[in-house]
Amino acid sequence: MTAGEAPPGVTRLGMPKWGLSMREGKVTDWLVDEGEEVAEGEELFEVETEKIDGAVESPAAGVLRRRVAQVGAVVPVGGLVGVLADPSVPDADVDAFVAAFQASFVPEEAEGEAEAPTRTVEVGGRRLRYLERAPEAAAGDPVVLLHGFGGDLNNWLFNTDRLAERRRVYALDLPGHGESSKDVGAGDLAAFAEALGGFLDAVGAARAHLVGHSMGGAVALAYALAHPDRVASLTLVAPAGLGEDINRDYIDGFVAAERRRELKGVLELLFADQGLVNRKLVDDVLRYKRLDGVEAALRQVAGAMYPSGRQTVVLTGELDRLQAPALVVWGGQDRILPTAHADALAGRARVEVLAGAGHSPHMEAANEVNRLVGGFLDELEGAG
Amino acid sequence: MARVITFQKAINEALDQEMARDPSVVLFGEDVAGGQGAGGELDAWGGVLGVTKGLYHRYPGRVLDTPISESAFIGAAVGAACSGLRPVAELMFVDFMGVCFDQIFNQGAKLRYMFGGKARVPMVIRTMWGAGIRAAGQHSQSLYSIFTHVPGLKVAVPSTPYDAKGLLISAIRDDDPVIFFENKVLYTVEGEVPEESYTIPFGEANVVREGDDVSVVAIGRMVGMAQQAAGQLAADGIDCEVVDLRTTSPLDEDSIYETVEKTGRLVVVDEDNPRCGMAADIAALVAQNCFDDLQAPVQMVTAPHTPPPFSGSLEDLYVPSAEKIGEAVRRTTGGKVGARA
Repeated sequence: MTAGEAPPGVTRLGMPKWGLSMREGKVTDWLVDEGEEVAEGEELFEVETEKIDGAVESPAAGVLRRRVAQVGAVVPVGGLVGVLADPSVPDADVDAFVAAFQASFVPEEAEGEAEAPTRTVEVGGRRLRYLERAPEAAAGDPVVLLHGFGGDLNNWLFNTDRLAERRRVYALDLPGHGESSKDVGAGDLAAFAEALGGFLDAVGAARAHLVGHSMGGAVALAYALAHPDRVASLTLVAPAGLGEDINRDYIDGFVAAERRRELKGVLELLFADQGLVNRKLVDDVLRYKRLDGVEAALRQVAGAMYPSGRQTVVLTGELDRLQAPALVVWGGQDRILPTAHADALAGRARVEVLAGAGHSPHMEAANEVNRLVGGFLDELEGAG
Repeated sequence: MARVITFQKAINEALDQEMARDPSVVLFGEDVAGGQGAGGELDAWGGVLGVTKGLYHRYPGRVLDTPISESAFIGAAVGAACSGLRPVAELMFVDFMGVCFDQIFNQGAKLRYMFGGKARVPMVIRTMWGAGIRAAGQHSQSLYSIFTHVPGLKVAVPSTPYDAKGLLISAIRDDDPVIFFENKVLYTVEGEVPEESYTIPFGEANVVREGDDVSVVAIGRMVGMAQQAAGQLAADGIDCEVVDLRTTSPLDEDSIYETVEKTGRLVVVDEDNPRCGMAADIAALVAQNCFDDLQAPVQMVTAPHTPPPFSGSLEDLYVPSAEKIGEAVRRTTGGKVGARA
């Protein structure tokens, strides 16, 4: 799988793996010319996958020496897209690295099929599916990623691997969602918070950094208020629970949509750039919605949490009790939950508004969100 | 990664999960138990190709072998459906269906209408179709157009393991009679299928590949063939959209019109014979409803108007191929799109 170690001063630019099912990606644009100097974190090229499109950032500073894959090329995950190197590295060494890599590279494909990347655990009589990623010798409290209403662990496809470079990461399917049991109990915040606690027990995490999106943010916040000893930090991405307002068209539309066309219009509300809602994304949600028990689960949750287009649980009055350090990330063009709800945490948390993103900044502005969350966690651990 | 199973296993799982969920679901047909009442029941075949294997022991008394009398057991299925069960009858090869047309056309399809909506016939007939296994003229036909022609019947023709499971579960839960077509060549094809139960609504075509230049509408096994052709054509710069009808009754006309409005060119791929078939029907609908969008005559790729031949080389010529689909697509573009025609 890993071929040709890069020599000193040389950085391999590989095709990233976004999500469990990604096998290859198409390079749709180069954003940097050969010979151009780039900073770490600068966007280098754009990739289109079956599911979603995104930009790939430079993992290091240097000069883009080779565009190995041209625009239009389809490259397997892990395959060579380009080479970054210090100006002092001779051209011959760069070419030798490219040749050696290409000669020995084997796409993960068949060999990766054997191991199931997700696992399940029994919590309170329910099956919960989760994905675990960790670097070798992961230390410190793990990160737990909690998706929103109707979502699943794949919503973190751009984030899981990046966050797992330095720490253990669990991405969870909440009850009623993804491949977890479709029984949601009362379907309210307390039920989800209880499931989260059960999950932490099951994986043996005494404390965790919670990262929650939308409804998952409300779950994380409620859990942090109830169990301050078990929450090392809180990252809330466009969280619910900070005001009554919510876009009723989204909640009702998501629950009711039975066909692709209806659902596409609803999912477009999640993003500032509606072009992100492609056929595969809609299909995946439709497949989930068509599983037995999902419709009843969604109706139960929507009825418990968002009846008549209002949020039933508003935690703003309890924020004085919040002990965990918190980061709030919100898209400036959120059409599901008002960005202004972030004000409730002003002064208690670092609030970052990403102007160009909609309700799903972790997907739409993934690189920025990864940097913000990674930096936040690094600071905490450095300080601790 | 989601679990991968065969088309055949997906059908078995749909039957298994629906029998577990609903005690009124029963199976019968020739050899669906395959060893009923005899010693060695654990070796029961479970159908001529093993699609119902394992169910006989799991659901005692609910998987019944029948005599070789299609008219009798299909009639029994209609009666059982009218009186409270949800029978899934297996009529081995669709080619044999002729002997029970009265039970299907005049009874099953009509009762709900003739009793003013007070009768229901929640029956499924599973049947194998299609050429490609050297089984000659009486075991290789397509024939879904005949059942599509009759109002009161629903007709599903799945192309993938995922669709096979979801459409069969929908068929069993449906209160109308459904003829469920299983392509025998597809039985060994593998694909991702959720372990949980799920449904796919009837009358919803699936765009399996998006493209801007030419629409290719296909059915059953021909969907894979069309995708193969589209892959080859893409290399020449011709961008095909491939639409899988999934059910021929109800027919998702909107999806057909939508893709034709987008591309202006249509190729219909149907393994059935051409006269009075699905391909001709779709071509007529498009001529009637999308005439102004068409930039070229509609092309039909079908089997010829001849019985399926026994000779292997002739059978290979009989079934539409990716190459023939590619030629038809090029006829619609006339060299105006992509590389030379």
